[in-house]
Amino acid sequence: MANDVQDEYLDSVLEVQEVIVVENRKKEIIPAQSLSGEALQGLNSQSVADALRFFSGVQIKDFGGIGGIKTVNIRSMGTHHIGVFYDGVQLGNAQNGQIDLGRYSLDNIEEIQLYNGQKSNIFQGAKDFGSSGTIYIRTKRPRWADGETSRVIAQFKTGSFGLVNPQLVWERQLNRHLSLSASAEYVQSDGKYKFRYRRLNLDNTVAYDTTATRQNGDIEALRAEASLFGFTSTGRWNAKGYFYNSERGIPGAIVNNVFRNGERQWDRNVFAQGSWENIFSQRYQMKVNAKYAYDYLHFLRDDPKELYIDNIYHQQEAYLSVVNLTRITPWWDASLSADFQWNKLNSNMTNFVYPRRFTEMVALATTLRGYGVDAQASILGTFLQDRVGNNTNHKRNTTHRDELTPALFVSWQPMRNVDWHLNAFTKKAFRMPTFNDLYYTEVGNKYLEPEYTYQYSLSNVWRKAFSKSLIKSVSLQADAYFNKVTNKIVAYPSGQQFRWTMLNLGEVEILGLELSADASAKVADVEMALRLNYTYQKARDFTDPSDAYYGDQIPYIPLHSGSVAARMSWAGWDLNYSFIYTGERYNAQENIPANYEQPWYTHDASLFKNFKLRGVGCRVGLEVNNIFDQDYEVILNYPMPGRNFKMTFKVNI
Amino acid sequence: MRLGLGFKIVMLGSLVICMTGCREDIYIQQSTSTEVGEPRFTGVDGFYLLNEGNMGSNKSTLDYFDETTGTYIKNIYAERNPSVVKELGDVGNDLEIYGSKLYAVINCSHKVEVMRATDATRISKIDIPNCRYAIGHGGYVYVSSYVSPTTDNPKAPRGAVYKVDTLSLSVVGRVEVGYQPEEMAVSNGKLYVANSGGYRAPNYDRTVSVIDINNFVVVRDIDVAINLHRVKRDKHGMIYVTSRGDNAEVGSRLFVIDPLIDVVVKEIDSPVSDMWIHGDSAYVYSAAINELTGKTAISYSIINLQTHSVVDDAIIKDGTDVNIKMPHGIAVHPITGDIYITDARNYVSSGRIHCYSPKGVLLWSQKTGEIPAHFAFKYQN
Repeated sequence: MANDVQDEYLDSVLEVQEVIVVENRKKEIIPAQSLSGEALQGLNSQSVADALRFFSGVQIKDFGGIGGIKTVNIRSMGTHHIGVFYDGVQLGNAQNGQIDLGRYSLDNIEEIQLYNGQKSNIFQGAKDFGSSGTIYIRTKRPRWADGETSRVIAQFKTGSFGLVNPQLVWERQLNRHLSLSASAEYVQSDGKYKFRYRRLNLDNTVAYDTTATRQNGDIEALRAEASLFGFTSTGRWNAKGYFYNSERGIPGAIVNNVFRNGERQWDRNVFAQGSWENIFSQRYQMKVNAKYAYDYLHFLRDDPKELYIDNIYHQQEAYLSVVNLTRITPWWDASLSADFQWNKLNSNMTNFVYPRRFTEMVALATTLRGYGVDAQASILGTFLQDRVGNNTNHKRNTTHRDELTPALFVSWQPMRNVDWHLNAFTKKAFRMPTFNDLYYTEVGNKYLEPEYTYQYSLSNVWRKAFSKSLIKSVSLQADAYFNKVTNKIVAYPSGQQFRWTMLNLGEVEILGLELSADASAKVADVEMALRLNYTYQKARDFTDPSDAYYGDQIPYIPLHSGSVAARMSWAGWDLNYSFIYTGERYNAQENIPANYEQPWYTHDASLFKNFKLRGVGCRVGLEVNNIFDQDYEVILNYPMPGRNFKMTFKVNI
Repeated sequence: MRLGLGFKIVMLGSLVICMTGCREDIYIQQSTSTEVGEPRFTGVDGFYLLNEGNMGSNKSTLDYFDETTGTYIKNIYAERNPSVVKELGDVGNDLEIYGSKLYAVINCSHKVEVMRATDATRISKIDIPNCRYAIGHGGYVYVSSYVSPTTDNPKAPRGAVYKVDTLSLSVVGRVEVGYQPEEMAVSNGKLYVANSGGYRAPNYDRTVSVIDINNFVVVRDIDVAINLHRVKRDKHGMIYVTSRGDNAEVGSRLFVIDPLIDVVVKEIDSPVSDMWIHGDSAYVYSAAINELTGKTAISYSIINLQTHSVVDDAIIKDGTDVNIKMPHGIAVHPITGDIYITDARNYVSSGRIHCYSPKGVLLWSQKTGEIPAHFAFKYQN
């Protein structure tokens, strides 16, 4: 039996175990938004962050260029509330809580899923219950056709910004139960692109119109990873090693008289993780996840106009999770997960307090299914201990924090034969202040409290597949939600120019509406797919009625945003078109003209051809991004690239 | 056909988006005027107020209060200098009228903007890296800077004072001083520069550098206290220097230097964030966070400069000081004695300016740009 069949079989074994009542093998109570396969590969996207723009309710902060930081914000709750899981285990950053999704190349990604609240599948680690919104990134797993035992994929991309981007993937079937996948990718880019600032006088004459080249946006990065995928008669396991090393310039804000900045950053991220799961009986299955990660960050500011900074940070994380799932009756499951995590941050900064954090998490969850209703309830207990100080510089000190956060997910299928679901969930979650928030020399505020989110969400999903019509499938979804963020942690200058501090200031209420539609069709030999998304978010600041911005839309959240992605394939040709729209926003708390940001929208297109050359599968393609060469900014004073190109050559041996 | 309908929906959708949410041309920001009082003719035409703007936001702006019409005009720079790319710049740190020119020190734009004092139109800009404060004397403007290009250790650079010729508007001299120098004042033929060393915490600088103004060399360093900031001169020539302290164990203080002997002759145990000297009184506010308690303490006081004692622990007497979230600038009208106090609020939204009568009663308030801070009074020609 070929391994992919085995894999499928195993998936369905596991799934049948989990889901006996529902016919459509649905793993979660409320399904994810997801992108995978051709739909994912066809998007004009370099990184995971670029692809997430096609999901509803998502805003990306993009500082521009290939090396620029890209962080994601789901339903306006803030980037720190998002859990990002890479092959099943969360990516951590205890230092600043920020995951730069611009670093995760799309080329070795099989699927990206976005869950509002949490993945409502109870067979998961306690940490999976812990975020306000959760993104799962799954890398490609080898799948074998009969007789196939090894595969090499080589790819080369080049284009604007001096991009050189080779990638090599090697997959091998070691035996019927074990496969290996190894990949390496190198990215180099000078990060140079033209940007333009143009202002008019009231009489429509040009006040100024200047074009310059973005400087110090170069990047050089190497990623290498290797994974083992194993199967046993009753379970499966995998192990993964990951290495990332990069040097980049930090291009900085473009301000009057300063069109070039000189900061540099070096990163090295290494982690090893493993997962093992087994079905012991009809009534009991178990999963274990473990991870160790080491992150090195070196920041250098060596600019004669500025004060010299040369800081190095070392971060470590260890994680262990044990998940137990039991089938009490065919319609009633329960799970208990226990996780432990340890984080440590060292630095060469003066007066550094060397924080360590111990986190124990216990999640109790249950699923009930019957009469067209699926429901899940979970409660997560998080117990944190922060220790600071070493005996030489600082007094040792331990602070404790315990939190209980519940969630409830319900899905109702009113008609047995119609794929129409009404879903609802509510969840409380929190995020701890990061090490930087609490302990950063002269900035941190050790009195910070956690930041809380409360979510109430309703959705309506309808899907239909057609066998005899030109249209093959249609799916429509509408979501409405109300979120509240309290105790929001805000950076606040403390009155002197070289001191900022972090404060629990801020209460935000978010009313949102998301509409999405998917359709696929086949006319003669031409396959077509269309994906539409629209998001409305009223995210308002209700911190203090005496503030000028009380009731104003919070920074960088547009009222309206949306995307269109269309795809056509015919005889090995793939044509993709996408359109991203972000409506007007404000770059600061106060909604006044001085803080106004124009809408931006980009049209991207790509054309790929797949063919065989002497039995070798080949793919060549050309991408054009920002076709109409719009000069725009996502973040104030960080200009984005205009029209740019990329070429892809790929062989599959 | 259904596909056709889908296509129509997409086209219609695009049309709706483009009717309501398309990019438009961006216009130069225009000023806004508000009448706040009756016209007055006191010999002072009014004042400019420099708003700092947050670092990286490029939102430093200039406001003007026209006393002769009683009008407060917000954000005049861009409108009067529409051809300056990216407007006034990033983090305005000081403002000074000297002679017929208005000098704005724009810290993170690494420049001193030189404008006509009459209407704030640009004459020139002078590139000075990491410039902080400016003061005019004897045909020159002296500008302090955090970085000296000649420093012996570029990884921990000393600061410098640049000498700018006000006619040629070019840098004609430079002298190295202590670490991260801030304000300056001139007395007895000497320029006093407060060195903060704020980026070297906990190893702050403690000195005032004394520069012989004719030879433009440092003649001595006076040991005062950690993290020095303000330097003011009273009408008798005495020099007042403030220390920020370390925001934890060591509090803010005021020190008096006698320029005849260059010695600290008095320490006044009163916290000072900024002060404005009017006659023999110093109008003082203090707003400092204490990192041990996490609390910000705000206070106002009037110090008698003859007796060196606090004579009043309030400036605002009508209870309206509770409306000030974060005092960030202070000035006293040289003729009428009206008191102006700015409020930076949370530093990332519009600030406020409040005008009080000499008796401390609120006369008017106005919204300003972001982080209003630095005043320059414009005398009648």
